Amino acid sequence: MTLAQHDSFPPRVLVTKIGFDGHDRGSRIVASFLRDAGMEVIYTPPWQEISQVVRLALEEDVDVVGVSSLSTDHLLMPKLMKALDEAGLGHVKVVVGGIVPDEDEALLMDAGVSKVFHPGVGREEIVGGVAEYAAQARQLRSEELVT
Amino acid sequence: MTATGAEAASAGSSLVERVRAGELAAIARLLTELERLSPAAPKLIAEIAPFLGRAQVVGFTGPPGAGKSTLVNAYIGALRAAGKTVGVIAVDPSSPISGGALLGDRVRMNDHTDDDGVFIRSLASRGHVGGLTPAAVRMIDAFDAAGKDVVILETVGAGQSEIDVAQVADIRIVLNAPGLGDDIQAMKSGILDIADILVVNKADLAGADKTFSQLASAVALSSVKANTPVLKTVATKGEGIAELVAEVNAVAEGRSETAETRRRKRARRLLAWAAADLIEAQVRDRSDPRIDALCDNILNGRSSPEEAAKALFEAT
Repeated sequence: MTLAQHDSFPPRVLVTKIGFDGHDRGSRIVASFLRDAGMEVIYTPPWQEISQVVRLALEEDVDVVGVSSLSTDHLLMPKLMKALDEAGLGHVKVVVGGIVPDEDEALLMDAGVSKVFHPGVGREEIVGGVAEYAAQARQLRSEELVT
Repeated sequence: MTATGAEAASAGSSLVERVRAGELAAIARLLTELERLSPAAPKLIAEIAPFLGRAQVVGFTGPPGAGKSTLVNAYIGALRAAGKTVGVIAVDPSSPISGGALLGDRVRMNDHTDDDGVFIRSLASRGHVGGLTPAAVRMIDAFDAAGKDVVILETVGAGQSEIDVAQVADIRIVLNAPGLGDDIQAMKSGILDIADILVVNKADLAGADKTFSQLASAVALSSVKANTPVLKTVATKGEGIAELVAEVNAVAEGRSETAETRRRKRARRLLAWAAADLIEAQVRDRSDPRIDALCDNILNGRSSPEEAAKALFEAT
């Protein structure tokens, strides 16, 4: 490894589920997609609390948080976005995948979610989107701290 | 949660000052900078140097599925009960095909997510065999600088000869579990030789007594490691954890190496790793008549590969 390779490290992505729904097939499939695209995926089981997701994103220094939601747990997203911001993780990009009614999407986007992946999107779109958001997150990250 | 980030940040403080103050976001960033050996890393390494050498480094290794992460979870609980702060580096394998990784060790360490005295970082092996990566060695220093009393290294599920952890950890715990092999497996060289403490986890499963006695007898027959303690644990129930803590303390008290010596040993290990990578690339790819001549010698039986390698090393 050399200094020049600093930016070539794989995207780090947290794939998780918040709320009470336990259907984790989708999050497992997406985690596998991202892994097979060369990303480093921190995977959690369902039922994470918002404070736990923030703590994991912080300790693991992830670029992207992906939340799978299949039964209204997406309504918790504004709380999660606020908590991430308060923890100094404003640069981390957040995407949601699963069942999000069209009329709720604006609520999520207003809260700062980067993208909602609806049913029917393919592997390429998810992988490409997450890679792009990861690159944006690294750009946004403050270099002030370390220089 | 208390000091997660912005709220604890004090404007104008350097990253290392914030790490020393225990700010989680700063520790996370230092870990990343050292992991990636970023452009800022040399300066950061120099800044943390005065604070290093305090932490005890405990390595957990063993075959996949033996229960390393679950045992680490239980061990963290015991350390916290004793008032010690803990940093964990949990290494999982990267795919040799895609380079990607699914980092799932910390799923089993969920008891400690909300505890500010415990910081867990997952790390992908990124093509390094041997259960650890050079990045893990640098990350030990980040936790040491943050004042963690104990740094736990959990390796990739390791087999018979992945013994990197031996040269990196101060105390090496090797796990086994029932049903993974017979008594001849237990006698094979390699991972048993590096253990300071052997653990049969999942000791409530059928066959655990047999695994225990096989390991104990393999240890008894060993001329190098005949005094290695063998313990039984059931990590999911917390059984045997107090005994494990006591054995770790006993091993630590028997050691006379200074922190400086241990750190130098780790630096030497890093050098050996880097040198091996460099030499491999050079020998494989460089166009050099001397290397061609040594290859000819190997092909026609004039010298063994070992003799040729020695000649090459001495010539440079």
